[in-house]
Amino acid sequence: MSLLSDTNVPPVADLRSHRPDTIPLGVKLGALWLCLMLCVALLGPSLMPYSFTAIDLKARLALPFASLHWLGTDELGRDVLSRLIVSIRISLLVSLIATLISAIFGTALGFFAAHFRGWVEQAVLILADFQASIPFLIFALAVLAFFGNSLSLFIMLMGLFGWERYARIARGLAISANAQGYASAVRQLGAEPSRVYLRHILPNTASTLIVSMTLVFPEIILLESGLSFLGLGVQPPMTSLGNMVGYGREYLTRAPWILLAPASVIVLTALSVSMLGDWLRDRLDPTLK
Amino acid sequence: MIRFIVSRLARAVMTIFLVMTFSFIVLRLSGDPALIIMSPDAPPEAIAAFRKSWGLDDPIWLQYFHYFAAVLEGEMGRSMRDGRPALQIVGERIPTTLLLTLPALLLKVSIGIPSGVYAALHRNSRIDRLVMSFAVFGFTVPSFVLALVLVLVFSVWLGWLPTSGADSWRHAILPVVTLGLGGAAVLARFTRSAMLEILGQPYIRTASAKGLAWSAVVRAHALPNAAIPTITVLGFMVGSLLAGAVVVESVFAWPGVGRLLVVAVSNRDLAVVQVILLLVALTMVAANFMVDLAYGIFDPRIKQAAPGGAK
Repeated sequence: MSLLSDTNVPPVADLRSHRPDTIPLGVKLGALWLCLMLCVALLGPSLMPYSFTAIDLKARLALPFASLHWLGTDELGRDVLSRLIVSIRISLLVSLIATLISAIFGTALGFFAAHFRGWVEQAVLILADFQASIPFLIFALAVLAFFGNSLSLFIMLMGLFGWERYARIARGLAISANAQGYASAVRQLGAEPSRVYLRHILPNTASTLIVSMTLVFPEIILLESGLSFLGLGVQPPMTSLGNMVGYGREYLTRAPWILLAPASVIVLTALSVSMLGDWLRDRLDPTLK
Repeated sequence: MIRFIVSRLARAVMTIFLVMTFSFIVLRLSGDPALIIMSPDAPPEAIAAFRKSWGLDDPIWLQYFHYFAAVLEGEMGRSMRDGRPALQIVGERIPTTLLLTLPALLLKVSIGIPSGVYAALHRNSRIDRLVMSFAVFGFTVPSFVLALVLVLVFSVWLGWLPTSGADSWRHAILPVVTLGLGGAAVLARFTRSAMLEILGQPYIRTASAKGLAWSAVVRAHALPNAAIPTITVLGFMVGSLLAGAVVVESVFAWPGVGRLLVVAVSNRDLAVVQVILLLVALTMVAANFMVDLAYGIFDPRIKQAAPGGAK
């Protein structure tokens, strides 16, 4: 019966320690790592010891820590650390912009659906079903096959990832908010719909939407690196984390450091965001436990 | 129940229709296939002949109509590279892919569901923490990183297994493990949270309070109810049997549908990409439809519920 008494305890976060007021160590470390990544991304060029495209054929496949290159060099003698810094910049840039596009687009469609109801709502729901019914990687590959690749198109494409989740959540939240007193009160006072939605409903639903963003963001990081790994994402000479892993793969036996550095950055970043996201969800999201 | 099935079926057909329209639109928007396939300095007569033979000179609505008619007849165009029917090229690869994805699915289910259930029943135990950290890593380690680490350890350092190729069953071990571990983690996490949610419900307390043995409570009340969200994830996994191994097949040079897709995308072999897109959508929609039917079986409330799922 001890199992039964367990279930009476209010659900707590999986990663949370026993005292709910302290921030768990994992979340702290995650936040620290993300701050570090953000600093690297922002300060990028001034931190790079070398140019990320500078070729030094005399120092090809140099070992990490053994020479002037802290993380070693790749098959063309390019400094792995400098390439890593540029990659972090590009990957974070792509993922952040894409997360924002997806959140704004999805939330807007969700609000439209909630406001107009009727066929607009049905159209949004059918589109959301359509998006959810194809694995996004396949969808993205098809679009890339048809349109070719450029960085801006690639970012837009990543921005389509996950919009349907925001749309569904925003629609549900807006419908229930519309039924509550504050929305109709503001409306009675003569506010425009845009004011009702942006100034009143959005702030009241923001915590749920922000939590969704922290859940979508690591998935976008992994998606971007996956596509770049396949050689279909960010194109050379520009580099990204997945790109580095993809090209480093050919030197797996002779120079594993080329791919291990970016691979660990991908994993640690995705891990940090999702730990932070889980913790935020338990804190902020009233609709989830 | 019949209304429910009909409405789900209508949605499935609608989705397929949208996928076909999507692929038609992007196919036509993506520029002149004649110029993409033939070199830009090909003689104008050759380009004109190419356009005529591919029906590129017809008005757009006619092309759209022809496109639907052709797809319904199973005529999905030919590979622009070697001229063989695209459907045939993709069809040849399907068994190779299933050789990886079916054992991987088995692995996912046999690891993921029991460990999820166990973790939920022994909440906060050491095993629960272990399962949860495994699940978190499954979510955050991309398959290509896991694949490369496995290759590094088992092929390069230990020399036990081949690095890539598809010559024997030993070549399949690493890709299947890569696919299986990632999916098992996802499944374990879903199963665990579904179980926990159910175990917190009042009817579980009632069942226990009336003196039912705990094992009977779990078997008769908790498991069937927790099965519903788990089935959704499982449905998605069944739906991705065909194209869920794009990255893993590429890492291990496994000649399946996923690798074909990547190659076709880099060559812009549009007919092949289109066939894969449609087949994937079809399996996905079929899997989702089966999930909906399973809902109907597991959740009697749906039989009476209004169709469409809208509140």
